[in-house]
Amino acid sequence: MIIKPHILFLKLLLFAVMLTTVSCREEVVIFVPEEVEITAPQFTSVQAFYLLNEGNMGSNKATLDYYNFRTGRYTRNIFGFANPDVPKEMGDVGNDLGIYGSKLYAVINCSNKIDVMDKMSVKKIGQIEIPNCRFIKFYGGYAYVTSYAGPVEITTDYKQRGYVAKIDTTTLQVVDTCLVGYQPDELDIINGKIYVANSGGYMVPNYENTVSVIDIDTFSEEKRIEVDINLQCCRADQHGNLWISSRGDYYENQSRLFVYDTRHQRLVKTFDTSVSSMWLDGDSLYVIGVQFSYVTMKNEVSYALINTSTLEQVSNSFITDGTEQEITMPYSVAVNPITKEIYVTDAKDYVSPGRLYCFSPEGVKQWDVRTGDIPAHFAFVGDNINEK
Amino acid sequence: MLKKIAIALVALFSCFLGAQAQEVNSLSQVEDIDTIQYLQNVVVYGNRPYGNVIPSQMLKGKQLERLNSHSVADAIRYFAGVQLKDYGGVGGIKTVDMRSMGTNHMGVFYDGIQLGNAQNGQIDLGRFSLDNVEEISLYNGQKSEIFQPARDYGSAGSIYLRTKRPKFIGDKHDNLNITMRTGSFGLANPSIRWEHRFNRNLTMSLNAEYTYATGQYHFRYRKVFSDGVVAWDTTAVRKNGDVQAFRAEGAIFGTSEDGKWNAKAYYYDSERGIPGAIVNNVWKSAQRQWDRNFFAQGSWQKCLGERYEMMLNAKYARDYMRYLNPDTTLMYLDNKFWQDEIYVSSANKYTIMSDWEANLSVDYKWNYLNSNLVNFACPTRHTLLAALSTARTWRGFKIQASVLYTHVNDRYTSRSGSTVIEKHNKHLNKFTPAVFMSYQPWQEHDLNFRAFFKRIFRMPTFNDLYYTDIGNAGLRPEYATQWNVGTLYQRYLESGWFRGVKLSADAYYNIVNDKIIAVPKGTGQYRWMMMNIGKVKIRGIDFTARLAFRLPHDIVLEGGINYTYQRAQDYSNPADTLDGGCYKGQISYIPWHSGSATVHAAWKNLDFNYSCIYVGERYHNSANILANHEQPWYTHDLSASYLFAIGRTSLKITAEVNNVFNQQYDVIQNYPMPGRNYRLILKFDI
Repeated sequence: MIIKPHILFLKLLLFAVMLTTVSCREEVVIFVPEEVEITAPQFTSVQAFYLLNEGNMGSNKATLDYYNFRTGRYTRNIFGFANPDVPKEMGDVGNDLGIYGSKLYAVINCSNKIDVMDKMSVKKIGQIEIPNCRFIKFYGGYAYVTSYAGPVEITTDYKQRGYVAKIDTTTLQVVDTCLVGYQPDELDIINGKIYVANSGGYMVPNYENTVSVIDIDTFSEEKRIEVDINLQCCRADQHGNLWISSRGDYYENQSRLFVYDTRHQRLVKTFDTSVSSMWLDGDSLYVIGVQFSYVTMKNEVSYALINTSTLEQVSNSFITDGTEQEITMPYSVAVNPITKEIYVTDAKDYVSPGRLYCFSPEGVKQWDVRTGDIPAHFAFVGDNINEK
Repeated sequence: MLKKIAIALVALFSCFLGAQAQEVNSLSQVEDIDTIQYLQNVVVYGNRPYGNVIPSQMLKGKQLERLNSHSVADAIRYFAGVQLKDYGGVGGIKTVDMRSMGTNHMGVFYDGIQLGNAQNGQIDLGRFSLDNVEEISLYNGQKSEIFQPARDYGSAGSIYLRTKRPKFIGDKHDNLNITMRTGSFGLANPSIRWEHRFNRNLTMSLNAEYTYATGQYHFRYRKVFSDGVVAWDTTAVRKNGDVQAFRAEGAIFGTSEDGKWNAKAYYYDSERGIPGAIVNNVWKSAQRQWDRNFFAQGSWQKCLGERYEMMLNAKYARDYMRYLNPDTTLMYLDNKFWQDEIYVSSANKYTIMSDWEANLSVDYKWNYLNSNLVNFACPTRHTLLAALSTARTWRGFKIQASVLYTHVNDRYTSRSGSTVIEKHNKHLNKFTPAVFMSYQPWQEHDLNFRAFFKRIFRMPTFNDLYYTDIGNAGLRPEYATQWNVGTLYQRYLESGWFRGVKLSADAYYNIVNDKIIAVPKGTGQYRWMMMNIGKVKIRGIDFTARLAFRLPHDIVLEGGINYTYQRAQDYSNPADTLDGGCYKGQISYIPWHSGSATVHAAWKNLDFNYSCIYVGERYHNSANILANHEQPWYTHDLSASYLFAIGRTSLKITAEVNNVFNQQYDVIQNYPMPGRNYRLILKFDI
């Protein structure tokens, strides 16, 4: 047989053409929100909730999901579609979410800003630039936001103070700032004072161990309360007590929960329960704890329920049907203020899509749904409820 | 689609298998000098047992020069089965993943001795300039020849970089080469190379290169509505991608009657910006990195008697790396790392019969890592490797079998401040096998069938094991098991306009077990722990084709195509099967389809080259959902060069246009790649 180079060449050419048609690059279309029907509609004064997915650092995958109780439908990733003119969507690492008045505030940590949106349409109204912003609380027409990125102190070690920014919620301008400790995380407001949990998380192993107290009228730091190293959560209950959690140093010092009586200005109780996320509803404090054990080389998880009136732990597992076995990395908890249904999120490996579980008040699974990456922060929409 | 490709492949092969040759296989004048040398090698050593059982994919000489490549990493994209992780720009990190087993399973060898990075196991191939490299070969499994150090048996895939050997025409004693490159990204890249011949048996080369680039380029992101109307469209300048690097290398090459030796020293000093991810409201980063690498290595090889041949290798390497994050909106970091490596190797080959050989290699390696990190473990690793291998040739069969013994001893300390809490000492012993086979049914046809099996592991890196907080000292090695079957056909003609063809096809199945993966841990944000929980199964096909033509008017035309299909599935967690689950999903950044094409045309002193890279759609996570989808990308590069020659002096001018169609793409999510860019190269030879 004689070799037929031209046929060979044609075949190769054909092959080359086929290669180029394997799949071509297309224009990237704005993400169309994915709507999933989940359960029967529910009609209470709580209409809906928003869930902010953090997205792993550098992924620019902070996304906003929405659950409508009146339709029983869950909608994923609604921000991009509602705001098609915003380049690169919400941004990097959604760190907190809150509703105040008619506006929804999303604190986007690594994008150094707060997105301010209309509470109902999610249309972006404005943006507040705060570097390394962390958590948000509202009071008297102002939003208060913690930030890690205060002035740098040039001493023997590199140190950077944190601050609380005061934002006028009508003009969306930062009107004042107040320096606090190192790497301040959560804050809460009670009886004219802002309490800020300082972590010092950037200064391993020299963590912070104080709560800063800011007088809301003068907006200046009044004093510091020593609690424990590496503080994280800070919630005020209706009895004038402050629930403060520490992360510990991840080795000898475990994560713990403290109760600080703001009226008598003293620590009244310590719980040896680890805390990674908590939600306060009336007198019920739901606490998720994930503690890594160097003995079993596994995360040890707890779902504690604490009565904030009696200061007693009521239950060590508010999930009662065994569903906790399905949850790999519980990340956040929330409770419906009317129905008392419990929502727990699973962040899995932080880079894969997370999952949201809904439990009855008795702790039995009602439904679950896929979310964005690292589902974490809830805000309920409704009438006559505390929306955050 | 796949079916169509399969049909095309079958058609192609039936065409070649049916074509019985009447012409005699011989060297083609069309092929450049390197190809001729290569073919001569095949002719001379083709039937010797220690020749490669399975040849490498290779880029060398002019062919390598013609690719529009800044660095070794750019060139490696033209190999089948390889995925490059590229963070963009002149100074951006570029690492290679072969057949989806992960970067850490790759071994990179520089003049026969492996480049190490005990800290993170990653060799940034963007650092290696093509200026001093004359040949890049890529082997799946391992280089299937037996006379090599034990370390060469120790990777799941290997890349060999061979630096330029001094070559002198006639009675010349000195060669001087001056190269200047400039172009987009504010590139200034002068290089000088001097070769000297002391006598017939002793030559040396010195090479120095300086690279400066601002690394700035425009990039564009945009999204549209489903009807095609633009939703948003933004263009910005990539910042903090500047790089400044100095490299110097010197080498001596000696030959004796029954042997050869060489020694070399390498120094690299650089400072670069790390252009971070582009996310909403953050368009630049401030992180910087400094690297200083030094190594000296030597190799000596001698035949002692008729049957015994030995090779000694030795190396000392010291690496320094500093990473600084001065960004006030992020955690301040100023980390420094120092690494040392000492390596010695002895390979001993014994010819039992003319077609049967055996080899015993024993290597010892010592690694040390120190850092200014708080409570750093300061690990030391002693590695002893012994490889016993044999090669046999019988008629058209070639077979090589080897077993590698690895002993690893890690010593590290638990510290709290300046006090040592506990000293640890861990040992590990492993045996791993490999078998390579090939069969050439007809002496007169260069058609080969080949197969290999290999089981190997990679040690957890010092970062995996001991990095403060993240590291997990309890990690086990990560295993890769490979099966491969394939075929190679080549044929060169002496006359006519069709001058040659080379075709290969391989199908493979790999399993990565105990894959080391970062797993979230405990309270606090983004805390991780390295765990042996991953499992990946990879099924793939590699296909390569090269053709050569000689057209009228002395026009030389050559072309090549590589194509890879891969199904690399995540088998880590069988419970993760809900919607958006990861089980059996295609792993991150591995496209199903990828390939490259090159065309080269030459007429007298004029050269023209076209090359194209294609990477199909991918997902950036094993959950293959729309939110994780990454678009395919493909770039087209063009270059033209002209050679002015006056006597022995020549000047070559090359102009390049890369990414001709100005495609705006990301290889890694949020790391935009450069659009159309240009380069001008002047190369002066005396």
